[in-house]
Amino acid sequence: MSVEVGRKDRSEAGEWRRDSRARHFRERAVKVVLAACAYLSVLTTFGIVLVLLFETLDFFKKVSIFEFLTGTEWSASFQGQAKYGILPLVSGTLLTTAIAIAVALPLGLSAAIFLSEYASARLRRWLKPALEVLAGVPTVVYGYFALTLVTPFLKATVLPELDVFNALSAGLVMGVMIIPTVASVSEDSIYAVPRSLREGAYALGATKREVATRIVVPAALSGIVAAFILGVSRAIGETMIVAIAAGAQPALTLNPLSSVQTMTAYIVQVASGDTPRGTTTYQTIFAVGSTLFVMTLMLNIVSYWFVRRYREKY
Amino acid sequence: MAQAGTRVTQKGGAEPDFKTSTSARHWLDRVFTGVVFAATLVGLVVLAVLLVDVFRDGLPRIDWQFITSYPSQIVPQTAGIYPALIGSLWLLGLTALFSVPLGIGAAIYLEEYAPDNWLTRVIEINISNLAGVPSIIYGLLGLGIFVSMLEPVTGGESVLSGALTLSLLILPVIIVATREALKAIPGSVREGGIALGATRWEVIRGHLLPMALPGALTGTILALSRAIGETAPLIVVGAAVYLNYAPEGPRSDYMAIPIQIFTWIEQPQDVFKTLAAAGIVVLMIVLLLSNSVAIVMRNRFQRRG
Repeated sequence: MSVEVGRKDRSEAGEWRRDSRARHFRERAVKVVLAACAYLSVLTTFGIVLVLLFETLDFFKKVSIFEFLTGTEWSASFQGQAKYGILPLVSGTLLTTAIAIAVALPLGLSAAIFLSEYASARLRRWLKPALEVLAGVPTVVYGYFALTLVTPFLKATVLPELDVFNALSAGLVMGVMIIPTVASVSEDSIYAVPRSLREGAYALGATKREVATRIVVPAALSGIVAAFILGVSRAIGETMIVAIAAGAQPALTLNPLSSVQTMTAYIVQVASGDTPRGTTTYQTIFAVGSTLFVMTLMLNIVSYWFVRRYREKY
Repeated sequence: MAQAGTRVTQKGGAEPDFKTSTSARHWLDRVFTGVVFAATLVGLVVLAVLLVDVFRDGLPRIDWQFITSYPSQIVPQTAGIYPALIGSLWLLGLTALFSVPLGIGAAIYLEEYAPDNWLTRVIEINISNLAGVPSIIYGLLGLGIFVSMLEPVTGGESVLSGALTLSLLILPVIIVATREALKAIPGSVREGGIALGATRWEVIRGHLLPMALPGALTGTILALSRAIGETAPLIVVGAAVYLNYAPEGPRSDYMAIPIQIFTWIEQPQDVFKTLAAAGIVVLMIVLLLSNSVAIVMRNRFQRRG
């Protein structure tokens, strides 16, 4: 009996050895399918680069790359006398981004300091998800908010000379949207600052504020810089808020009260019109998209590098 | 740190900080606490104002007629959001269909199978970079690949092209969430399964996936709700701004709620602004529902686990 059980056991145990071919085959197949899913992400990147490159190179056959990068006038929709200088779109983008960062960096950093250094565990449990909601609100909603509430409010109270479409409202609202991004990346780095540094400072008689501003923030600086760069990258790529509230006027200006057009808003403007494929105007959105892609990619890489640097430190 | 240390010592020689009275320093401390707390609240206050404003403008406009009617430029009083709502549901379903298996599959490969070599690192860096690519760039990708190149398959500016574009957009989020969930499972579970003679896949299917599901699902539903709210990529891949029918199949034309909202915002008359606000309320309710589903699902699975 016991011999039989032993044999049966062995034959069952042996099953996955002897009949292992089917099992091994399935194992292999699963692995290949799963790997294919992972490699799809690389394919996506290739797709982005190739699509952008293909149309952009075609565009540069018609318009000189020098004119594109240094021209100060953008009027792509005027057939015949179109001007393809991207600088007005870039300046519009940088203007709204600068305003957004001026809002998001101090508020996000303060929130990170408050959450990690001051808030009780219970308060933190409530505040953190509540702040995250800000990043989850669809951007078209923020655009509506900027256009129908923030601009009229600013116009009625402090800035009567404000245009209906302006960089200021769009930038301010975009800044609020970016607060959670800046806050969570900064908080991660602040969290990584070892307790001993704080305790050392307390032992020397520093107050809580002194520890936060002179010990913790400097020690977490590279993470905070990463948060700042990531925020800039978000703001540059943000589309609907600026398309709705900042206007559609490519202008080489740094006046936040006037209407500007960002790179993203330009793409939206052309894409929502009826532009036939293959025309120069159609290709401009890929050329502008390429510029945008390169800018955000560089920022993301720099921020990634900063994040890694502080991680290695502690 | 060494530099900062030196600086402190040098300053300490002059001792400017410690000459300040303690009471002044403590007063500054209280001010600072107040300031950072207030700064934390600013975002939440803005959020509250935004919600109140939108609901005040939009809620009175919402009724059954608004949900079931087609948009109208001529008679905005009877306009509705029906084709956009159905279009968004189509997008949601198809996007989930593509992105969830792909995302979870990629996460399993990277977490459980991938060797630690340069190729894997390239994929990982690539995924974190993709998460930072602006959504409108995904729109251009979709326009170049799904709308133009694959037109015979997708039908051009169809709900299928839109869903494929959104799937690529949210894949990185799903992958990261699922990986985090898999990472949290102790190695002993894997070792136990393998010690009993199970293959890797058997361990994954029988043990790791069920354990990782709550985390993966939460991340997935958050990603999907991001997809519902996306506007820019859909504009680029050619979602319609006006239709008097709802999509009938994956290759059909489509509208989406955010596109409808955008179209209404662009109209100068106030009556359309009210419509936009009403559309936003509908969108926020859809988002709220999907997020609640995420929370309920997570709680249920967690109890079982």
